[in-house]
Amino acid sequence: MSTATAPAESTPRTYPSYAHALWRRVLLTREFAVIALLLVVFFYSRGNVPNFDGPLTLYYLFLDIAPILLIALPMTLVIVTGEIDLSVASVMGLSSALLGTLHADAGWSMPMAALAAILAGVLCGAVNGFLVAYVGLPSLAVTIGTLALYRGLAEGLLGTKAITDFPDKWRDWPSNRIFGDGTSYPMILVPFLVLLVLFVWLLHFSTFGRGVYEIGLNDEAAHFTGVNVERTKLLLFVMSGAVSAFAGLYFTLRYGSARGDNASGLELQVIAAVLLGGVSIFGGRGALHGVVAGVVLIGVISSAMRLEGYTVNKINIVIGTLLVLSVMATPAIAWVQRVWARRRLS
Amino acid sequence: MKIRNRRLSALAAVTVVASLALTACGSSDSDGGSSSSGGSDGGNVSVTFLPKNLGNPYFDTSDAGGKEAVEAFGGTYDEVGPDTATPDAQVSYINTAAQQGVNALVVSANDPEAICDALDEARDAGTKVVTFDSDTNPECRDLFINQATADGIAKVEVDMIAEQIGDSGQIAILSAAANATNQNAWIELMKKDLAADHPNIDLVDVVYGDDDDQTSFDKTAGLLESHPDLKGIISPTTVGIAAAARYLSTSDAKGKVALTGLGTPNQMREYVKDGTVTEFALWNPHDLGYLAAYAAQALVNGDITGAEGDSFTAGDLGDFTVGKDGTVLLGDPYRFNKDNIDDFDF
Repeated sequence: MSTATAPAESTPRTYPSYAHALWRRVLLTREFAVIALLLVVFFYSRGNVPNFDGPLTLYYLFLDIAPILLIALPMTLVIVTGEIDLSVASVMGLSSALLGTLHADAGWSMPMAALAAILAGVLCGAVNGFLVAYVGLPSLAVTIGTLALYRGLAEGLLGTKAITDFPDKWRDWPSNRIFGDGTSYPMILVPFLVLLVLFVWLLHFSTFGRGVYEIGLNDEAAHFTGVNVERTKLLLFVMSGAVSAFAGLYFTLRYGSARGDNASGLELQVIAAVLLGGVSIFGGRGALHGVVAGVVLIGVISSAMRLEGYTVNKINIVIGTLLVLSVMATPAIAWVQRVWARRRLS
Repeated sequence: MKIRNRRLSALAAVTVVASLALTACGSSDSDGGSSSSGGSDGGNVSVTFLPKNLGNPYFDTSDAGGKEAVEAFGGTYDEVGPDTATPDAQVSYINTAAQQGVNALVVSANDPEAICDALDEARDAGTKVVTFDSDTNPECRDLFINQATADGIAKVEVDMIAEQIGDSGQIAILSAAANATNQNAWIELMKKDLAADHPNIDLVDVVYGDDDDQTSFDKTAGLLESHPDLKGIISPTTVGIAAAARYLSTSDAKGKVALTGLGTPNQMREYVKDGTVTEFALWNPHDLGYLAAYAAQALVNGDITGAEGDSFTAGDLGDFTVGKDGTVLLGDPYRFNKDNIDDFDF
């Protein structure tokens, strides 16, 4: 980032580790800007939006954003490497269709059908990852292709049919409340929190994660510093496929309906939330706390606006504008800093 | 050193996010059950329309009918909905309506099963649920406003063709796909009706356009070629009738071969005006929405419970009686011709 000019008075020279104090580096970031905005919107809504201040609001909010939260985790890592995975929602559809056909038509038990659906997700991710990492094709092109391919398979499996024949125990599980009636936390948050810890460790606390950032900044340089670029990318796409398949199972069970067109278009909501959370689409920059805040922020805005009686068009306008502003924010701040620096010099 | 501090800040960030989420929700647990404040006070009945999607001319027409009815009985009308016709998007709006405590929700379901849990929660919160156009499973709603029965549709199509060809001569049917459930049921009923009441009409062929514009167009050409004495075509599908009308309007058969069936005014307007088509049928979505709104009001006021045999008055449309499975039938299909087609825009 900004290079510190060393104080010249003493020899031998000592360099401060950072140009700014810790609190500035932690709080004055894109991620904390999103968190701050989330808090402002949340507390404003609690005070001003009718019916927002109740346990149901957060309960429904978590149920609605759960698939986005889940997929945003691997998606963040994929985008930090400078790649993208557009096929996630189609993998959800395929896993939903597989769960339906294997359980209801082929008579498999739920755990076996669910496992098979997740394995299918792993396979879908491996195909993406192989084509991107080892064949060297651009991920945008590859995953636009597999977006259509996986969705086609899902709709081919079920046609226009919807399978609704699932055991109640499984159907109710994701929306059961962790702490009993009247509380706000659905059970799906448990697997999400487990995955969150895992992905935070992976991206921010492991050598694998350092490699992910390095690939995003410069993959050739990363290669020469000993990062296995191909393997890293393949693994990330596999994770993306597996988590998407899991999100597909959640989606199927929450709505109690396996359909080939389940979750159509969800990939764009995931990517929008990841970018809003401060991840650079060019790679190399971003952090998971920002992404989680970005997903929740979009959820809170939608929920508050719905309760205010606004409908989808206006909600989309607000979220779209926010996203454009947030993407503009980084270059805008850099520009202001350059202008200031030039002024100080002249 | 550098990495160490980044780890710390990331950890700090995660802790902050987690604790914020927990405190925010913790406080909202305490004031549960305050969710029904936006509902009725005295005679003011609040009715929310939730179509399959917004920006769909068919639902714009039905919801306008609903609005007219709600304003006529002095209630509060609202329309919300998703931009794509998916069940998961509808669930968010159903949840919101439950939180707002609206008195009645009028829904056209995107999936018979997937929105059931959400509707049940809304009904537990005291909201009456009326479905129209597309039903859910009967146990998830209080009433279904049925636009037309198979008998009614078959009868009106046979009546129209009989009137237009003078009750004698060869006719053919241009259907949707060969395995289309609705169309096949109607065709069977039409055959019975023809045999019983119209002995001079000879059904010479049934062809399938697969609800594809080009296929239907080609099949129409084929019908005219293989049956030179053909006097009329019935197409019980909106895609088929529009394609057949396009073919007839530019062929020698225009005005000589009658065409009727199920169509929408916007698709058929030019062919009615240029004389290719005399009359076709569908239901009137405006009346459908109007009736659904009155049915919702009758449920909210306790005039009816949705049991078979209950009856209520729906403004200008007159009296209606609840039939089997909580279904109210709008009536006979509505006939569109050059005198009334300009009153409709869907």
